[in-house]
Amino acid sequence: MTASAPRYGRLMAAFFSLRWIAVWRRHARVWRKLAGPALLGNIGEPLLYLLALGYGLGAFVGELQGMDYVTFLASGFVCASAMNTATFESLYSAYTRMAVQETWNAMLYTPLALEDVVLGEAAWAASKSLLSATAILLVAAALGAVEGWQAIGVLPVAFLTGLCFGAMALVITAVARNYDFFLYYFTLFLTPVLLLSGVFFPLEGMPDAIRIGAEVFPLSHAIALVRPWMTGQDLAALDAMTHAAVIAAYTLLALALATRLLRRRIMR
Amino acid sequence: MMVVEARGLTKRYSGSTVVDGIDLNVRAGECFGVLGPNGAGKTTTLRMLLGMTPPDGGSLQVLGYPVPAKAREMRAQLGVVPQQDSLDPDFSVLENLRIYARYFRLRGPDLEARIQELLSFANLSQRTDARIDELSGGMKRRLSLARALINSPQLVILDEPTTGLDPQARQLIWQRLRMLIAQQRTLILTTHYMDEAQRLCDRIAIMDHGRILDVDAPAALIRRHIEPHVVEVHGPGVDAWFEAEGRALAKRDEKIGETLFCYADDHHALMESLNRHPALQHLHRPANLEDVFLKLTGRDLRE
Repeated sequence: MTASAPRYGRLMAAFFSLRWIAVWRRHARVWRKLAGPALLGNIGEPLLYLLALGYGLGAFVGELQGMDYVTFLASGFVCASAMNTATFESLYSAYTRMAVQETWNAMLYTPLALEDVVLGEAAWAASKSLLSATAILLVAAALGAVEGWQAIGVLPVAFLTGLCFGAMALVITAVARNYDFFLYYFTLFLTPVLLLSGVFFPLEGMPDAIRIGAEVFPLSHAIALVRPWMTGQDLAALDAMTHAAVIAAYTLLALALATRLLRRRIMR
Repeated sequence: MMVVEARGLTKRYSGSTVVDGIDLNVRAGECFGVLGPNGAGKTTTLRMLLGMTPPDGGSLQVLGYPVPAKAREMRAQLGVVPQQDSLDPDFSVLENLRIYARYFRLRGPDLEARIQELLSFANLSQRTDARIDELSGGMKRRLSLARALINSPQLVILDEPTTGLDPQARQLIWQRLRMLIAQQRTLILTTHYMDEAQRLCDRIAIMDHGRILDVDAPAALIRRHIEPHVVEVHGPGVDAWFEAEGRALAKRDEKIGETLFCYADDHHALMESLNRHPALQHLHRPANLEDVFLKLTGRDLRE
């Protein structure tokens, strides 16, 4: 703890300096140039999946936990999409900026510090998660799979989930030597998490090992927040705070670790 | 005033010492060159000045700030032209300057005026909307230079500013660097082009194996290390001629490949002797920085 305390101090100081916003802005401006296809993808993809799986598969599944399958699935999708969007951004795009385009180096020749770059990257990944979650929420609402205005509450959860998985992906990027390295992360970590966190089916009937395993990872906690809010079910305030705290803890750990590993890689 | 003051600056990578306790003083307003073969420690030294590489020993002040402790504050007054262009390929020429300005928290009408000034300085006023991949190598380097000047830095650090450029593009960069020197800015550049160092630099540090072998004005370095006259000789029978006559007439000699370099305080006797051997080609020239460089760093090929 004593060794990592000053690192959190530097991250905190960098966060409050708001210098990282310049990094975020740069990414947002690049995104804006290609916003058309990006938005089409954000809306079109979940629409197709929700129609095909929600109604196609849903016809065989019937009701789950007292809701239509499409409603069940839409709430899982918001979280899975937040996870995937941030992960891709912080793996492939961030790696390109770090190792191919020298974008990070150019930033580090200015008054920006490595912490600013890391925070800007994670915040941008989370912003993309927020965009895709918003798109899915709109699609789900159009399909009648959202119950009530409290569903707006899922948007900050999507942002936090994006921040969390974005920061975790930056840890992988920090140690990657090429793009192929990311397949380890997908196959060994991300896909199991996606399949076993309750996106597609409830975990109630699963063996204990899987149910407990899922609780170790942040995606199941995001779903535990999003699903009740999207479907109008009750969620105790204490439970909500616990789930959010788990995701936040992962985020802070990953941010500190990513900064440390990147410092070792870049500032050597 | 000293812009850079380094004492005993040292960097090691896994046991091997890349920069070996160098002392460095760069004065305000001078153009300071760091000359050395590949692997001499030039780039590592520059990275330490920027605060990008933490030294393993010694002390370092840049623009009055201790580095790396206050490197971030120091970089607000620094311009960097990296060896590899790190321009943003997703943006136009103009956007590259605007986005980079944001990293310095620069904005507003002053910035827009500054950008126009820099675009004309870089000869890119007609290409403001061009994408980076549409620019030639020389244009990219000029844009990198303009970008490095966005914050009106007192000190500009350039890592091999003309490597890979054609002669015309190099001339244009040199011209612009001279304009910066005329504006009293301090420039630190690495290069392995002798002509570049000799043309631009007020003082040069010759570096090899992580050490600084000598520092001075180009002319002073030449005077100190090399006899004023050099006669290059090649052709059939060069060795025989040297044994018979040359050795007695040259103060010092070096053989590189097929060419014999004879160094002398007075070249007349050498020239007379060579004129009697029409089979030998010869060239008389004044001593230059390359002679100094080769004498100090040796003639082995570095790869």
